[in-house]
Amino acid sequence: MYKYDSLDQSLVDERVAQYKDQLTRFLNKELTEEEFRPLRLQNGLYIQRHAPMLRVAVPYGLLSSTQLNKLADISDKYDRGYGHFSTRQNIQFNWPKLEDTPQILKELATVEMHAIQTSGNCIRNITTDQFSGVTPDEIIDPRYLAEIIRQWSTFHPEFALLPRKFKIAITGSSRDRAIVQAHDIGLEIFSDEDNEMAIKVWVGGGLGRTPILGSVIKENLSWKHILTYSEAILRVYNLYGRRDNMYKARIKILVKALGIEKFKELVEKEWASIKDGPNTIDNSEINRIKAFFSEPNYKNNKQNDLKKHVTNKYFSQWLSRCTHSHKKEGYRSVTLSLKSNKQAPGDATSDQMRAIASLSDQYSFGEIRVSHEQNLILADVLEDKLYELWEKAKVQKLTTPNIGLLTDIICCPGGDFCSLANAKSIPIANSIQDLFDDMDYLHDIGEINLNISGCMNACGHHHVGHIGILGVDKDGSEWYQLTLGGNQGNFASIGKVIGPSFSEEELPEVIKKIISTFIKHRHPDEIFIDCVSRIGLQPFKEAVYGKKEKKT
Amino acid sequence: MSSQLIINNSIVDDEWKLVMPPKADEEVKKQAGKVVMFKLTGESSLTNEQIENTILPKSGKVILPVGVFLHHQKDLKNRISKQEIGIWMETHEEIDSFINEINDINLLPLISVRVKKFADGRIFSIGNLLRLKYKYKNELRAIGDVLRDQLFFLKRSGFNSFHIREDRDAKDALLGLNDFTTPYQGAVDQKQPAWKIIKR
Repeated sequence: MYKYDSLDQSLVDERVAQYKDQLTRFLNKELTEEEFRPLRLQNGLYIQRHAPMLRVAVPYGLLSSTQLNKLADISDKYDRGYGHFSTRQNIQFNWPKLEDTPQILKELATVEMHAIQTSGNCIRNITTDQFSGVTPDEIIDPRYLAEIIRQWSTFHPEFALLPRKFKIAITGSSRDRAIVQAHDIGLEIFSDEDNEMAIKVWVGGGLGRTPILGSVIKENLSWKHILTYSEAILRVYNLYGRRDNMYKARIKILVKALGIEKFKELVEKEWASIKDGPNTIDNSEINRIKAFFSEPNYKNNKQNDLKKHVTNKYFSQWLSRCTHSHKKEGYRSVTLSLKSNKQAPGDATSDQMRAIASLSDQYSFGEIRVSHEQNLILADVLEDKLYELWEKAKVQKLTTPNIGLLTDIICCPGGDFCSLANAKSIPIANSIQDLFDDMDYLHDIGEINLNISGCMNACGHHHVGHIGILGVDKDGSEWYQLTLGGNQGNFASIGKVIGPSFSEEELPEVIKKIISTFIKHRHPDEIFIDCVSRIGLQPFKEAVYGKKEKKT
Repeated sequence: MSSQLIINNSIVDDEWKLVMPPKADEEVKKQAGKVVMFKLTGESSLTNEQIENTILPKSGKVILPVGVFLHHQKDLKNRISKQEIGIWMETHEEIDSFINEINDINLLPLISVRVKKFADGRIFSIGNLLRLKYKYKNELRAIGDVLRDQLFFLKRSGFNSFHIREDRDAKDALLGLNDFTTPYQGAVDQKQPAWKIIKR
């Protein structure tokens, strides 16, 4: 993974000093609340229901064991012994004290971590596929381009105060696991006809209040131009994006208002004057960064003793759901589920973090990845060691074999923590997990994504869940709206609302009815989303709301 | 009272007088959807009446609103050649809309850009465009809601002059110019990215 040199380190150290000074000026009333707000947000600090929330950046979801151990220590020392992994592959602390935040950042800086641009109206953490570099369906490893974009976007002077937040995702695989079409800029790397690395660029996607999938703005962009082209897109957005209404300020609204053709014309015009300029990447720079992501020292191991253990039903379920094929023979990637029904989706205790750091040292070259589905991944595990790993991880309740299944719920912190939320989301997730705790039944239901957001800001990605649940406020009480048919990946789609919303008490029963309707209609081995596409929403609506009486 | 103006790295006296147009009788707001560019939504521009009624000081260095400058350009020839006339623009004004009406922007010794609110980052793109696309070489000044924590970004976007908001200490703001020593990306002040200029 990428390692800091003295330049990276000094930027992060200087940020710690800058932030400490900003906070002091705020506490001394030299900065008003309104003036301090954008400054603290660009350093990941929210003022929440109970306490500030600090969001720490995990660039493209990649962590070392040293870093994870540090996060565990911080959660013990300054928080309540746990952290929450977010859908942007970052980690959030829910209970730090405002006056402790400079010290937390100082400690993070000792392990090459920070909270730079994890919130606010700027370019946010670049996200990518959690299986980058190891998945057999990968064409080009997206991590080194992600790192190049990370460096370029960090403290970018021109884009420090955009109309609204700006999210970039990048994938290098034929199967998109980074939902690039739901981002302000989505990048798909591929190999072009001349075997050169090229990029397909989407723009103007996003979830939130107005969910829109991105439009293709460039079919084939040479990797050399990725920064100057992004600069052109961002300049057009910075100048013309709306600033009078925060709900209409994302780039998707601008792209929609102008139309993709007009928007593209403006971008191309802007690009013409900066193309081949100083920020153009060259071979020496890409190779320098690429070297940080070279293959680890894999063993050649063609035999394995997995067969001995497959008779163990629990291990076998875990093997099928939580381990994933690997480009190197004899290896698999492992997802450690943070979705047991005993804790909030995406939460990990400090003990779990330390245990995972230790497992990564023993079995996976000391590296961990965070997925946008809010689980942790050990990317390079010898098949021979899987049973051993499973037994150890089980003790920490990290082996719930539900990856990709109904209870692997993507969920925002919701009304329990977030001051934006209309409704709670964690208790909803837990009640669904309790209802479907029979693993055999879960495996029979098969692949399905259930995503929950506590408000229309859509941090829980409800629009792209096969089943999406959105917390809404109705006359001061909490209600839940249901969408079906959303999807992520290459066939991304936005779910459709099935009808009037439900109370918290009604919700588990409603989910049960939806699942039973699917079971009733499915073809053998058909997965939920395919069945919804085939039969439409009507059967589900009828199951939930009852048949509409025909007019006589 | 000490000066609020920073040029390059020091606090200096301001030789310029900023000319403001009179308030409009009625705010002219353009409606969403009726204009090609979205950014104009809700943002008023000077009316002809305002432009005509703006009072120009007879002598001395003055910074005129762009619209007022264009209106009087021909009469001001003498003062322009004496380097007495600067212009200022709002962040929602388009450089393209007036640049062709000015013979040579490098005849102007000063261009100011007014940022009404700290959070309005359009000023950075405007600085970049004026310096790199339109090759403006003289003093580029940020005015309005200009505070310490924008200065580093403003400097990187081509501004070399900063009029700090009246209620803030310009000396304190000076510190903001040096928040970071070696940034990653190429911008206006340092055009090459870090990886091209130092061994990494």
